[in-house]
Amino acid sequence: MTNPTGWKPSMEQDARPGPGLDGAPGAGGATRGLVHEEQLLFERGSTGRCGVSLPKVPPGQEPKDLPKELVREGVDGLPEISELEVIRHFTRISSWNHGIDTGFYPLGSCTMKYNPKSSEALARLPGFANVHPLAPAELCQGALELMWHLERALSEIAGLDATALSPAAGAHGELCGLMVIRAHHESKGNPRRRVLLPDTAHGTNPASAALNGYEVQQLASNPDGRLHPEAVRAAMTEDVAAIMLTNPNTLGIFETHIREIADIVHAKGGLVYADGANMNALLGVARPGDMGVDVIQYNLHKTFATPHGGGGPGSGPVAVKASLAPFLPLPVVVKEGDAYRLVTDPRERPRSVGRLREFWGNFAMFVRAWALIREYGPEGVAQTGKLAVLNANYVRARLAGTFNLPYETDSLHEVVFDDKLQKANGVTTMDVAKRLIDHGFHPPTIYFPLVVAGALMIEPTETESKETLDRFVAAMQAIAEEAKADPDALHAAPTRPFRARLDETRAARKPVLRWRPGMKVE
Amino acid sequence: MRYHPHTPEDVRAMLDAVGAKSLDDLFRSIPEPLRLKRPVDVPPALDEIALFAELGRLAARNDVSHPPFAGAGCYPHHVPPAVDQLLLRGEFFTAYTPYQPEVSQGTLQALFEWQTFVCLLTGLDVSNASMYDGATATAEAALMATRVTGRKQLVVSAALHPEYRKVLATYLRSTHDELAVVPFGADGRIDLAALEKAVGPDTACVIVGWPNFLGVVEPLPEIARIAKRAGALTVTATAEAVSLGLLQAPGALGADVAVGTFQSFGNPMSFGGPAPGFFATREANVRQMPGRICGATLDKHGRRGFVLTLSTREQHIRREKATSNICTNSGLCALAATIHLALLGRAGLAQLARLNHARARLLRAAMERAGCPPVFSGPFFNEQVFDVGDAEAVVARLAKRGLVAGAPLARWYPEHPKAKGALLCVATELHGEELIDLFARSVRA
Repeated sequence: MTNPTGWKPSMEQDARPGPGLDGAPGAGGATRGLVHEEQLLFERGSTGRCGVSLPKVPPGQEPKDLPKELVREGVDGLPEISELEVIRHFTRISSWNHGIDTGFYPLGSCTMKYNPKSSEALARLPGFANVHPLAPAELCQGALELMWHLERALSEIAGLDATALSPAAGAHGELCGLMVIRAHHESKGNPRRRVLLPDTAHGTNPASAALNGYEVQQLASNPDGRLHPEAVRAAMTEDVAAIMLTNPNTLGIFETHIREIADIVHAKGGLVYADGANMNALLGVARPGDMGVDVIQYNLHKTFATPHGGGGPGSGPVAVKASLAPFLPLPVVVKEGDAYRLVTDPRERPRSVGRLREFWGNFAMFVRAWALIREYGPEGVAQTGKLAVLNANYVRARLAGTFNLPYETDSLHEVVFDDKLQKANGVTTMDVAKRLIDHGFHPPTIYFPLVVAGALMIEPTETESKETLDRFVAAMQAIAEEAKADPDALHAAPTRPFRARLDETRAARKPVLRWRPGMKVE
Repeated sequence: MRYHPHTPEDVRAMLDAVGAKSLDDLFRSIPEPLRLKRPVDVPPALDEIALFAELGRLAARNDVSHPPFAGAGCYPHHVPPAVDQLLLRGEFFTAYTPYQPEVSQGTLQALFEWQTFVCLLTGLDVSNASMYDGATATAEAALMATRVTGRKQLVVSAALHPEYRKVLATYLRSTHDELAVVPFGADGRIDLAALEKAVGPDTACVIVGWPNFLGVVEPLPEIARIAKRAGALTVTATAEAVSLGLLQAPGALGADVAVGTFQSFGNPMSFGGPAPGFFATREANVRQMPGRICGATLDKHGRRGFVLTLSTREQHIRREKATSNICTNSGLCALAATIHLALLGRAGLAQLARLNHARARLLRAAMERAGCPPVFSGPFFNEQVFDVGDAEAVVARLAKRGLVAGAPLARWYPEHPKAKGALLCVATELHGEELIDLFARSVRA
């Protein structure tokens, strides 16, 4: 059949991303697609519509036995929409999102690696999805066996002895780890008062320490981006409960002095907590437990690719040295002969810090993580760490010179640039981030870590191909050119997405945090 | 490895660009003694077919042939397939926290809709973008109450979910706030006279279940009046959110904070997690709320859009002075609940809630016929405690038939005079009349 319109699609390979884009596809392939405006659920529908099919309530079974003042007829304001309208609504608004499945997502410290579709399918097996947490042990042996294996694998990969699976996310794992540390010190008669934190710490670290009743003492890193033993030695007293550090740190730099730092802290009776957010760099290559670390939390949604889901759910198992295992929160899974059992009774673990959440943890995430570990095998685990580091170093090598590298020290899985070279033309990190969107890339983590002014923190992860990284590099180079040639155009970025430069000040000054009838945003 | 796209040529070219000889060279910043000299000890790699066989083997070791009669904080409900079809859109489940609003409007609008659903169901003004679960949401509510009131005593009902109480106690170990527990009476409702005595000038809040762990609907207006007279906040914790389609909104009955989980909407049980915790309160407390909040705003062309807002409360800005350390929450679970609630709508939610209540009454009648009377006389929604003689023995016996019979109360209330026979059971839209009859007959068989 002939093409009646004579229209020919332009091929992505023809893309010539130049300054200002000029309507050409971005280096990541972005053009303008057909995007629909879509109202809020509450602004649409019509009285009497419904999107579910349920059994009818038999006549005579209306709730008469409940006190009248405690009952309501219906919830005012709920939408009335058909199933198709619901499907279109969410399908349309989903198209306003950038996800890993859409394109490259080099968000530093977030480890936005590909989320395997097998893991999704496996977590949805009825045998996993439909188990009740209070099912008798004989009806849930598979779930318990999976948790037992995952616990063993996470302990081994961290080089530690025991792991509590229950914490719900990274920050919850930090909270748990610090509770364990506190319980350890209390068992020695003094909970101690302070926690040492390098200035490269994640924001959750000081908040988790404070929630645990600890004062935070910040330690400055050296010009090489590392924490040096002298800084720790000067701060370390018998009042310090622990040092919390991230290794590699948020600059992507390995804390080379970790062993010596651990010795200094241990000599005064303190413990070493490592934030495992950056574990992807070390997978199969080195283990925190071999470096003197006593406690670490995993982020399964980073390292083992359980989906980030637009902000959660996460899963933050906490691994510890044997001496701290008695303090771990409940439950733990034990194997007795061929049978598995949940320990939930504090009488069996009298030194446990207690319960950190309801039931046993984000089990559906355990299924996904275990599936990936099984697919990796020992070689896959190590290859993951190595290729993650290769990808980051490749981007670093290709962009050095185009963007300023505030720290020359070796990078592992992520690299931090800044906007020093672009600032001469009035172009900031924010402008670079927003223009990357026009190219079809998610921006890196920006303005973090705080020790770098105008930071651009790039973590490619191992699941990205060389071609994708090359296109990202091409976009960054094009933006650097554009910063020289036409800085004003960059201030106007992004031009392609559905909304541009949303007014965050207005949102905070006059908060509109929910729909109400006649809702107006002014 | 299908998730590693690197060919040997790619690796070579990339190493050349970096100026390294081998992959191991990239790790020279890790001192030699700290490197692992052997492969990690995990089982050998599986291809996809073997992977499905192995995880299928594990899944098959869980018996899920019947919907459980246990609720107790995690509820068996029907999830329309439309929910999962939409959840599986990669634009949703492979996105990160919407810190870059231009490329996250889908997540943000859905969160705004989630917050609205939470407010409508709880009858409160504001809500956040979700919490880890009901238990930690309850602990965060208690901590917020201490900040808002400047007081240090927390009064909780003994019929508040025991797991929520345990988590609260864990969170309080380092803050040294005081926890007072108020008993419940023969009807399963809080002892109002004991509550009067327990609250005082140092009480930050009173926390009760709505409905409570025993399945009983508390006298919330009276509870809120007592709390208010003492200048304390009233917090309700809801584990079975379908009840909010039949019971009055806690905010309308005097609650200042409503927390819990929306697991019942769109989220499978999954052995207890993940599920979307929720948190709602009155406008006056908004700047003391924990967690992320989504708000409406305009873009530079004056079009409506959404952003994360009021972030000066949060850990990444406020660090150790933040209202909470929570960062990642339960976004995708909140989306599942939002989609399910959109499908249900006003009529569907009312029908679902009434159906649950009707099934619970069927169960009550069937259990009474079987000689297992209810233990508590107070009003109920879809859960009730029955006296089955020996609850643990019944659970063990029915487990042999592949059925989860319920939650024996003695595990949490060993001192209660009727604990031995007390079995907490739920009936939902998944429990048809025949199954209910069969269950009741088997309990006594």
